[in-house]
Amino acid sequence: MIAIPSIPGFLTEPNGPIGKPVSRVDGRKKVTGNAHYAAEFTLPDLAHGCIVSSAIARGRITRIDTAAALALPGVIHVFTHENRPSLAWFDRKWKDDDAPKGAPFRPLYDAEIHHALQPVALVVADSFELARYAARLVHIEYEAAPHQTDLRANRANSFTPGKDKGGFQPPPKPRGDPEQAFLASPVRVDAEFTQAAEYHNPMEMHATTVLHHDDGTLTVHDKTQGVQNCHTYICNVFGLAKSAVRVMSPFVGGAFGSGLRPQHQLFMAMLAATQLKRSIRVELSRPQMFSFGHRPETIQRVALGADRDGTLRALIHEAVQESSRNENYVEIVVNWSGQQYACDNVRLDYTLSRLDVHTPLDQRAPGAATGVPALEIAMDELACKLGMDPLDLRLKNYAETDPNTGNPFSSKELRACFRHGAERFGWAKRSPAPRSMRDGRELIGWGMAAGVWDAMQGQAAAKAVLGVDGKLVVSSATADIGTGTYTVMTQIAADVLGLPIEEVTFCLGDSSLPAAPVEGGSWTVSTVGSAVKAVCDRVRSQLIALAGKLENSPLKGVAEEDMVFADSHLIVRNDRSRRLSITEVMRGSGTLSIEEEARALPYLLARARHTFATHSAVFVEVRVDEDLGTVRVARVVSAIAAGRIINPKTARSQIQGAVVWGIGMGLEEEAFTDHRLGRVMNHDYAEYHVPVNADVPEIDVLFVEEHDDMVNALGAKGVGEIGIVGVPAAIANAIHHATGVRVRDFPITLDKVLAGLR
Amino acid sequence: MAPLKASLRPAPAPPPAPIPVTLNVNGVERTLHLAPWTTLLDALRLHLDLTGTKKGCDHGQCGACTVLVDGRRINSCLTLAAMQDGRKVTTIEGLTTGDALHPLQEAFIEHDAFQCGYCTPGQICSAAGLIAEGKATTDDEIRELMSGNLCRCGAYPNIVAAIRQAMATVAPKAEGAP
Repeated sequence: MIAIPSIPGFLTEPNGPIGKPVSRVDGRKKVTGNAHYAAEFTLPDLAHGCIVSSAIARGRITRIDTAAALALPGVIHVFTHENRPSLAWFDRKWKDDDAPKGAPFRPLYDAEIHHALQPVALVVADSFELARYAARLVHIEYEAAPHQTDLRANRANSFTPGKDKGGFQPPPKPRGDPEQAFLASPVRVDAEFTQAAEYHNPMEMHATTVLHHDDGTLTVHDKTQGVQNCHTYICNVFGLAKSAVRVMSPFVGGAFGSGLRPQHQLFMAMLAATQLKRSIRVELSRPQMFSFGHRPETIQRVALGADRDGTLRALIHEAVQESSRNENYVEIVVNWSGQQYACDNVRLDYTLSRLDVHTPLDQRAPGAATGVPALEIAMDELACKLGMDPLDLRLKNYAETDPNTGNPFSSKELRACFRHGAERFGWAKRSPAPRSMRDGRELIGWGMAAGVWDAMQGQAAAKAVLGVDGKLVVSSATADIGTGTYTVMTQIAADVLGLPIEEVTFCLGDSSLPAAPVEGGSWTVSTVGSAVKAVCDRVRSQLIALAGKLENSPLKGVAEEDMVFADSHLIVRNDRSRRLSITEVMRGSGTLSIEEEARALPYLLARARHTFATHSAVFVEVRVDEDLGTVRVARVVSAIAAGRIINPKTARSQIQGAVVWGIGMGLEEEAFTDHRLGRVMNHDYAEYHVPVNADVPEIDVLFVEEHDDMVNALGAKGVGEIGIVGVPAAIANAIHHATGVRVRDFPITLDKVLAGLR
Repeated sequence: MAPLKASLRPAPAPPPAPIPVTLNVNGVERTLHLAPWTTLLDALRLHLDLTGTKKGCDHGQCGACTVLVDGRRINSCLTLAAMQDGRKVTTIEGLTTGDALHPLQEAFIEHDAFQCGYCTPGQICSAAGLIAEGKATTDDEIRELMSGNLCRCGAYPNIVAAIRQAMATVAPKAEGAP
């Protein structure tokens, strides 16, 4: 039996802010234009940098002529590999918290070109327009070398990576005899799935503004999901004292993973600021947002074998993905397939093929968003072959424990997701045969899929300062990339200390604050929220101790567990007339402020013996124009099990947004590489299609009750990724139901549907 | 293709000299001396420090830079500041009245119609333009006529809900709406 801390009393206060649909505390700033992003800080004499990108995919620079650029009045300097200063020598100095195994890319390192759009020069000028103009005048000659950018052509030339990146375990060893069991199964599905490379494309383009202060210190406003990750990186690369630089990102205009690693605009801005001793801003253009990090193109095979009653007998899932020549980016892709369904004969394989591309980068639900849809389409195909309802097939093979490890789940309410989601959607009214539902010219299809994502937790610290006026400031160096961190942390702190939301301020996005990891993988509520709770618990204990010592205190001798905090008061649980305000306690004891710092760790013992995961069931209706092949998502129901939901308003938005990402992956997003040139051709928002308002219907989000006292002290698992995971498969399955056309190649554009209809 | 010899490349044009541009921005007359290649977006962000108007692509593809010029919504990255000389420009900063938020701003907060907030000023200005046009009456029309404003966080359903609510309180322009 493992000792598990129980959900503490504060969460049972009925009127506490946890669980309330609180509007974003930073909302007013965002709707009035007063939220300031990385490119929106300035000092007098700010210089502007513009990056020149490589015109070839592989080879070397033979000549750089900067004379024409430098001849323009107002152009300050052009940085290239030929004139850069000496920087850190060893790869480990260039590593960051999200770096996979390998040698990180070094901008302006030498004449070699490793991938298309590689940054090759930085033009610095007095004005943005001038820098942009001068960048066009930098004349570069190349000697091109043959490149390989085509995963299909290189899939056979792949290797099996190891544990090459944090957060991802290599696939487990095969169990049973999957090949034999597959061949012996009476009903079989064996198919190949492909998915195009996708670019994060947050609305805010990556930018860095370095403010050079008179005392020589630097304030770096960077677009990042981890200020301390960037802080360590630039101190290592440029040999700077930690105290000489502060990295800030109070607001981040979306990221979805693009800000997990320090990107080259940060390097460029730091290079110019440290060399020129002045303030500078470097902002990428939208096409340059295709010059780093992407969800890798993937080819998968899923083979399922089942008995005629639907019992899974064999499950084989293989995936090959692209990585760069210099790093082993892994997202494993296949492991969730071994976890999601009970099956005795399983083989999961994952390989990488090196291409002449920049290193891929985690993008919303990395691995799961790619692998789970392939499995979930295969399950739908199997259901069709069996003549079984796809929902029943999933229930038939429901995994009560984690088949990959044999461990129990800390909690798993996927069954409730299926039940409530199906009920809300009206799944029971589905007519099972493909092409059996129609509305005029439109074929109607209903499809469903399940989803899964890991409920991770890292380590974080937080500081709290409670003033005698009853105002609380809590801080941690985490990020809010639109996820709602400001709001949710404010709620947790307000809940622990019984304060109104308005009396609590949460600070983040500043490298000088207590340590927090990058914001990603849905782990911030778990990681930072636990630290916020821990530090507020300490303040709470202090207040109780102070209150007990006051003369004539009505709270004398009351045990900590018999005290509740509400309305800025300390109150005896069973006698609410016995109470003191926080201000009374602090004034009475001559305490002007209470300052605490605390660090929170995962429950390691529980984590070693359980699997922690969020789950989802998603139901989609599509309408397909039979003549044109166009697909419209008409409605979506997403039922989510993610433990306690701290803020149903912001959590719902997270799920809705992730469903929109699923629509993008399912129907629209695709980076087209011209393999003759080795570069992405549709590198802007007009040609790289993301969902627009008219593509998105009402999205019905349900959170099912899920109690989990092992995941962390909050019982909350995090919701950033889970919303996308099942969506592309549910869309593909709905298209099949509507049309009878099975498309296994994302995105499902109209040409692929039409090809099947003809 | 062999690169052109340096001598064959045309000499670059010199940077243009500044010219005076007068804009009425959020009710205040501002005269700037701008190189004529300066977009309205960069004039607002870099020269007037009105960074509420966002740059999401600089190509007229995302709508983050939407402002109102003489009451009409436009992409401020697709027009030069000099082309708007003498016009009335309303940015997100100009929608509030003192401390009071515009009904659209209130509705966006209430409906959680944003996450990262970067497209939000453009969405709100675009929605103000949409309401003034008086063309949208149904949710589908709102969706269609707001599709020039991308939101990568995917807050679209909440954006539609917020606009629907604000539409009920803000009357469209009685006349003259383009």
